[in-house]
Amino acid sequence: MLKTLYTIASIGIVSEPVPPTDVSLRLREALQSEILDVLGRALCIRHVDAGSCNGCELEIHALNNPIYNLEGQGIRFVASPRHADLLLVTGPVSVNMAEALRRTYDATPDPKLVVAVGDCGCTGGIFGENYASLGRVSNVIPVDVVVPGCPPSPEQLMQGILTAIST
Amino acid sequence: MRTPGATRQAMPIPGSPSAARISVDAAGWIRAARDLADAGGCLLSLWATRPSSTASAMVRAAVLIDGRALLLELSIADLALSYPSLREIFPSAGRMQRAAFDLLDIRSDDADQRPWLRHSDEGYAFIRVEGEGVHEIPVGPVHAGIIEPGHFRFSTVGEKVLRLEQRLGYVHKGIEWRFEQMSLLEGHRLAARVSGDSAVAYSWAYCQALEGLAGVTPPPRALWLRALCLELERLQNHLGDLGALGNDAGFAFGLTQFSRLKELLTRAIEAALGRRYLMDTIVPGGMASDLRESGEGPLANCVASIAQAAMKLRGIYDDHGGVRDRFAGAGCVEPILARRLGLIGLAGRASGQAFDLRSDGAWAPYDELAPVKIAREEGDVAARVAVRFDELQESCRLIGQILGMLPPGPWLDPVGIPYGQALAIGLIEGWRGPVMIALESGPNGTIRRCHPQDPSWQNWPVLEHAIIGNIVPDFPLINKSFNLSYSGHDL
Repeated sequence: MLKTLYTIASIGIVSEPVPPTDVSLRLREALQSEILDVLGRALCIRHVDAGSCNGCELEIHALNNPIYNLEGQGIRFVASPRHADLLLVTGPVSVNMAEALRRTYDATPDPKLVVAVGDCGCTGGIFGENYASLGRVSNVIPVDVVVPGCPPSPEQLMQGILTAIST
Repeated sequence: MRTPGATRQAMPIPGSPSAARISVDAAGWIRAARDLADAGGCLLSLWATRPSSTASAMVRAAVLIDGRALLLELSIADLALSYPSLREIFPSAGRMQRAAFDLLDIRSDDADQRPWLRHSDEGYAFIRVEGEGVHEIPVGPVHAGIIEPGHFRFSTVGEKVLRLEQRLGYVHKGIEWRFEQMSLLEGHRLAARVSGDSAVAYSWAYCQALEGLAGVTPPPRALWLRALCLELERLQNHLGDLGALGNDAGFAFGLTQFSRLKELLTRAIEAALGRRYLMDTIVPGGMASDLRESGEGPLANCVASIAQAAMKLRGIYDDHGGVRDRFAGAGCVEPILARRLGLIGLAGRASGQAFDLRSDGAWAPYDELAPVKIAREEGDVAARVAVRFDELQESCRLIGQILGMLPPGPWLDPVGIPYGQALAIGLIEGWRGPVMIALESGPNGTIRRCHPQDPSWQNWPVLEHAIIGNIVPDFPLINKSFNLSYSGHDL
């Protein structure tokens, strides 16, 4: 126990400031003020992997490390779409995941935001569209903000999420 | 242990120095597989190739034995006929055979013909467990966390799991088809994205196969830098897993500390190699860029400090009664079961299956680095944690050694387009286990067929056994201790 406490005390707080928002990432201005009235800056995110290679997931995980400390901004990941304000969707949408993605979207209460993550989520990426892949996320559900990159860095992800909830 | 006849008649294949091939007929297919299994071999891969104007359809099984990959090749003259199933000999062949049928319509004579990667609207015939008090818990495909999608069907009595059946294939996105639309010289980019957490292992395996087809060897500095990347990738994943495992045991401190170390390492990697995650770093003929001089010293210091910090954190995990209690005995796979089911890679090494291509095979530069093989016998979550802690230290040591011995000279010798039509094998020990690429060139630098093989294929079915008799709330912990790839499996 003492070693645990000593480690916590000696490392201290390592969190860094958050990046600025960037409106050029925004695809549409859906009910922005209405959403902000409801959410303020306390945001619950549901991540959905709709077919990614799991590269984007590595960087989404990093958002929760003490250095990016997304939770320190009042933003946290939740286990159910019914608790979520924002869907963070990765991957080209595989044919086998399309139904699950649509259902997750439908289960998320209005008003809701969708951020498509990674080159695959934004454009279909290297996989594109084929017999098993429907390509970009916006081919399946409405998307508000895109975060390109392969994978995007945690700063870029934070920027995209914060852009989605900025005015 | 006797040497099976098949290994003596085998012919070398371009690419991995450890790979060889032998043609068999249907009777020889079964006989050779049985001989190899009896001699301690385990199934590495099974895949099919459709016919072309010059060749008939073919099904191939790669068996890993004594650090070598031996390919059995069975020609299929008539696609209306089925080939003999290997599932009785190698249980992990079952899903691979079903996938081969889904993708290429080449059918085995196995009793289980349910679709695997191709989903249909008709639903899936799960095996029902019936009896008083038995109920089913369906989970997924969308899971309650930042994870890939898959479906798990638990049959339980109270909290105790009687049976788990997995249904995968949700992230099937046509990777093998996509390879065939690319040229040989660009396929490494797709290979790096078969399973993003193993980008180095896959892109190295692809390039090893391609360089074999072209008959070239990258400059020594490139091979040493590739080994550096492979160990850094192992270190990144082990740090991530050790934190997540602490968290799943209810010790959030572990996640905070290990994820901080992982971030510091990831930043040092970016300073030294230009990317946080090493997609597109390994290219045909060598490396996309050299190690940056300014980043070399900080990387060495970072890795050395991680080795020290991880040692201290291991002490904290070991001293924590709650963590110890959750890890010990959970999700146990005894060595005898691991052997029978063909468990490989990291999880295999925690259950007495002491295979590691870095020590068993002879590929540069690991033949000079002499890595220490880590293995344990207990087969529980605690053993898989211990193997990660030990491998983490060994990777830190290897990284220090590589940085100290890095040969000077060029780091890239571009590869020309190989014009011949041939099969080559790439075989690399990734952090999760052996990663294989089977690459067949077509005319004019095209890809006729490329089959990537992830060790998750072998290990997913073993997870179904590991959970039996455990309680449902321990599943996330047990699952994480394997940390298998969905994307690498679903293709």
